[in-house]
Amino acid sequence: MTEAPPASLPYAPLPYSPAPELSGGPVRRWPVVIVGGGPVGLAAAIDCSLHGIPALLFDKDDRVSDGSRAICWAKRTLEIFDRLGVARPVVDRGITWKLGKVFHGDQLIYSFDLLPEEGHKHPAFVNLQQYYVESDLVERARQMPGVETRWQSRVVGLSEDGEGVVLEVESPDGGYSVAADWVIACDGARSPLRDMLGLDFVGKVFQDRFLIADVKMAAAFPTERRFWFDPPFHPGGSALLHRQADDVWRIDLQLGWDADPEEERQPEKVIPRLKAMLGEDAKFELEWVSVYTFQCRRLKRFRHGRVIFAGDSAHQVSPFGARGGNGGVQDVDNLIWKLALVIGGEAPDSLLDSYDEERILAADENILNSTRSTDFITPKGPGAQALRDAVLSLSAEHDFARRTVNSGRLSIPAKLTGCGLQTPDDASWAGGVAPGAPCPDAPIEDALARPAWLLDRLGGAFVLMAREEDLASGNVRDAFPGIRDLAVLGIAEAGEALRSDSGVTDVSGLLTERFALSPGSFYLIRPDQHVAARWRSFDPKKVRQALARAKGLDATHLREIA
Amino acid sequence: MTVGGVNRDDIYEALVGLHHGLDAEQSLLVSNRLILLLAEQIGDRDAVLQAIEAARLPDPVDRKRG
Repeated sequence: MTEAPPASLPYAPLPYSPAPELSGGPVRRWPVVIVGGGPVGLAAAIDCSLHGIPALLFDKDDRVSDGSRAICWAKRTLEIFDRLGVARPVVDRGITWKLGKVFHGDQLIYSFDLLPEEGHKHPAFVNLQQYYVESDLVERARQMPGVETRWQSRVVGLSEDGEGVVLEVESPDGGYSVAADWVIACDGARSPLRDMLGLDFVGKVFQDRFLIADVKMAAAFPTERRFWFDPPFHPGGSALLHRQADDVWRIDLQLGWDADPEEERQPEKVIPRLKAMLGEDAKFELEWVSVYTFQCRRLKRFRHGRVIFAGDSAHQVSPFGARGGNGGVQDVDNLIWKLALVIGGEAPDSLLDSYDEERILAADENILNSTRSTDFITPKGPGAQALRDAVLSLSAEHDFARRTVNSGRLSIPAKLTGCGLQTPDDASWAGGVAPGAPCPDAPIEDALARPAWLLDRLGGAFVLMAREEDLASGNVRDAFPGIRDLAVLGIAEAGEALRSDSGVTDVSGLLTERFALSPGSFYLIRPDQHVAARWRSFDPKKVRQALARAKGLDATHLREIA
Repeated sequence: MTVGGVNRDDIYEALVGLHHGLDAEQSLLVSNRLILLLAEQIGDRDAVLQAIEAARLPDPVDRKRG
């Protein structure tokens, strides 16, 4: 990958000052050191602060991402960004979309609506250049107490000292070391930390090359994802068009394995390809050009003692499906509350092994989906090509074939069903949200009848959610005096009086419907808004057991509670 | 020959007829279209996967020994 930086990106250098360690300052031991200041590392730093953990972040550069790179931010990521306090600038500046269209030749064969129902705070997707998302995260990290960011600071060595990790850092003013209890490696697909630990990163390389070009133009295309197989303007290849902020459009053209990457990124080669697509007279500026090959691979384990990998350093996917950046942010969402419980002495460090279990499950789902999409877009061999072409040729007339067409299965959050922290259902449920699944949003009104959203009330801590009448009749608000991190959320029907200031009203009935929250139902929800357990009737002992299990407490603890 | 109400000769004749007048590339396309339509028609994941396994060619090592 070589590319010229976009003309319009927010390119002010990030502030650098010599580390205090260089002038004889004490070598401080940090609870958490984060290596890598991309979206994943920055999100981790902010989340640490929200949990009251001081965090030091190193990044080798002093700029945000030099290209648009990850541009599609999924609903679940926006919900996490909301919890981190950065959703507003991202949504406000970004391009909201939910419609996708797939063409074969010049025929529209398939269109989809990613968020067909109302009553969610966030849209299905927002497109925004990675450099803007990083700028917003940098700004937010700056406001967060306990977060320190050190730019132009490259981690070059790592060793364990028995109690923790010692990192060797190189900066413009010299080298120094810092000590950390925990290290989060968010240093990207080519992760130097992964190499320092000698870890294999194996998987599948796709024998294909893709041109990625960002162009600035005032175009009349609608705000939707468009994908073409074998379009008239680029015969034999695929093409993808996505709108970004500032009238920038992402264009992605399949070039084939034999294309020369050096030659293909030259403007004299790129511009005719774009004119074939946009029209001879189209007025546009090239912002960023890159030629990629794609890989799908992951580490065998994400946790290596006190070093924990998150984002592209842990797993890499092809871009079809927008599962890279979104997967990385969800890693952080899964990890930091667990790390906070371990650092706070409220959970054994084996709780962190559940990060491996849960996020490897998610990574495998992302790798499976993006591998399948890439295999459809880049068929391996003549047989696969013929089968793919048969799907496309049937798609005009057959619904099943339209559904088989795979131009990317777009990122949806993993359901952590069956993972060890969740308590399986002990009763039958018709619908609702199964243990392990992320909570869907729903519109609510707060105690002062102001409109709000359910997900604003979940996250950060464990929450026990039930109908107001059930909380009152079970004296639930008094049942857990000793558990400081369990919040209780009461749901009232429209017109029903709230019995507590922390209760909310399900004005539209959507919350009750989405959770199948019939009388007597209780949900225990994790700090990352995934359901830990649910019951058809209230039993404080079962809630305590499920809470202990969700914190990774072992069988001995569970027996004590029983 | 009719077995279980299916006249296999009728079916074979219809399958051959599908390729009438086609070149190799067109035949490959029409075969693949048919495979996809039949898989959809069967609508049973295990039955389809079983047929795929039955169709698989023995791997080259086995064929050499063969």
